[in-house]
Amino acid sequence: MNNVVLLPIIIPLLTGMIMIIFRKNIRFQRAFSIFAILATGAVSVFLMAQIRAKGIQTLQLGGWQAPFGISMVADMFSALLLLTTSVVSFCCLLFAFRSIGKEREASYFYPMVLFLITGVNGSFLTGDLFNLYVCFEVMLISSYVLITLGGTKKQLRESIKYVLTNIVSSFLFLVAIAYLYAMTGTLNLAHLSVRIAEAGQDGLMTTVAILFLIVFSMKAALFLFFWLPGSYSAPPTAIAALFAGLLTKVGIYALFRMFTLVFYHEPQITHLIIGVLGALTMLLGAIGAIAYWDIKKILTYNVMVGVGFIMAGLASFTPVAMTGSIYYLIHDMIIKALIFLIGGTMIHLTGTSKLKEISGLIGTHPYLGWLFFIAALSLSGIPPLSGFLGKVYITQGTFETGYYWLGAIGLITSLMVLFSIMKIFMNGFWGETYLSEEMEKGTTKGLMFPIGLLTVATIVLGVGAEGIIEYVNLATESLMNPKLYIEAVFRGNVTP
Amino acid sequence: MKKPNDVILHSVTKAAVVIILTFSIDLFFAGHHDPGGGFIGGLGFASALTLLLLAFDIEWVRENIPIDFKVVTASGVLIAVLTGLGSVVFDAPFLSQTFDYFNLPIFGKTELATAVIFDFGVALAVIGTAVTIILSIAEDR
Repeated sequence: MNNVVLLPIIIPLLTGMIMIIFRKNIRFQRAFSIFAILATGAVSVFLMAQIRAKGIQTLQLGGWQAPFGISMVADMFSALLLLTTSVVSFCCLLFAFRSIGKEREASYFYPMVLFLITGVNGSFLTGDLFNLYVCFEVMLISSYVLITLGGTKKQLRESIKYVLTNIVSSFLFLVAIAYLYAMTGTLNLAHLSVRIAEAGQDGLMTTVAILFLIVFSMKAALFLFFWLPGSYSAPPTAIAALFAGLLTKVGIYALFRMFTLVFYHEPQITHLIIGVLGALTMLLGAIGAIAYWDIKKILTYNVMVGVGFIMAGLASFTPVAMTGSIYYLIHDMIIKALIFLIGGTMIHLTGTSKLKEISGLIGTHPYLGWLFFIAALSLSGIPPLSGFLGKVYITQGTFETGYYWLGAIGLITSLMVLFSIMKIFMNGFWGETYLSEEMEKGTTKGLMFPIGLLTVATIVLGVGAEGIIEYVNLATESLMNPKLYIEAVFRGNVTP
Repeated sequence: MKKPNDVILHSVTKAAVVIILTFSIDLFFAGHHDPGGGFIGGLGFASALTLLLLAFDIEWVRENIPIDFKVVTASGVLIAVLTGLGSVVFDAPFLSQTFDYFNLPIFGKTELATAVIFDFGVALAVIGTAVTIILSIAEDR
């Protein structure tokens, strides 16, 4: 029993609710939301230390033993993602202070962001499939509000697609849960793992696994990404960056959890499908990123490439590839939020997202230009920045398993990503400076700090990999050994 | 719009609302051992408010019940979660509950449980959410 496990869910929930009561007081809301994120971050660091010292931490709500009660489980994988979530949302909030506007602030913007984080953290921590569904819904409903908040024409058009696709996938999620419950009689993840290991993963079970794969692919934008480019380019920058950093990653987390803890018996079927989907996602995403001349479009297609690449690690299913995937997932959350913030700042300055109408920003905004350059190198995996290690490990993992095609596609799409992001750099920042500072549509005042902070994070993640890799290895260990997770949940009790 | 003169609806509502409110409070307390509880009690309460909204107009209800129901929702969730957190202070897992018997002046030997406070929070959250939904649909002309 460890009540700390629950705090990353409780803190944002409570602060969000208090903010609803004090709706009018914007300054209080700003300060309080920052406080909540910092507290959540501190708790996740504390959790990481505890997990490192004492193994996986669990909490049985109300003292009801698993599998009868509700379990909360924090292993190193969850804790790392919790910390990254705090970092990303901290920077997006700072960015929002200067850019989101009075109207949205007065319409429950901050409470909604905190509820979104409640859902994200809840998904990372829950040890029960149905609660995973509930936390997904908490996250999605807040995201529905955030994507429509402001009510511009484009937002409303895109949000209809976004809401519809998510409702369909949530429905399929429930159906898949019902199938699984009918076949195993439990929804506790650890208990499911035990039962499926005992009974064997037969053809029917694998079919249910593929249904789960479809559901989570829709959430993670793995191949089923048709909803993503539109809905991520509609909301304001701070919200889009938050979505790009967090939302699809929760789907990825769920895929990792399900296919390492529960459905890990038939990797030649399920994991191969994940690999094929990942490869297709990488290729299509990279082609999209190259083809478009719109900053928002290029960035959203880059989100997909990242998703596909992380999935290549899961498909290989070796310790090395897993380490790479976890490392790359953390990197991806930070870097996607970062490039969305920078791209959003460029649009904010010039008033257009069409790359051909922007030129020579580096003349007036040298810092922004060089930060973007660092981000671009990190995104495409140039050492010593944070993208590099993940790419090396994942590629090594795919070669170990014999999926040479997967590794090759990963490397080729990396080059395409580099090309697409350099296209923004060369067209947007180089060239003749059209806009003098007086003609610009906005200022970078207050926007540079969160961008700088995330850039520092990606450099630290790359240069300081030596210190972080120990935690990542612990996360890999808990993913590759379902026994550790199961023992932590049942604590020596008899598994019924 | 012509104002309809619905005396019967008004009179029946005035009587019915009292009955519905009493019944939903009864449902709320019954929930500790029998079917009922915070959720259904809250829904009953919200249905009484909805009946008032239907029989009289929104402005009239606003004037007589000057509460922001979004705040009701938030306080409900706060009460429920804080009750759960209370167990953390006693080093028990989150959401643990306890109860004991007390001799109260009028009620005699009474069972008092922390779960009732949690349920009260749930009831407030349900009332707040239901009425907020109905009010925002009603305003949307």
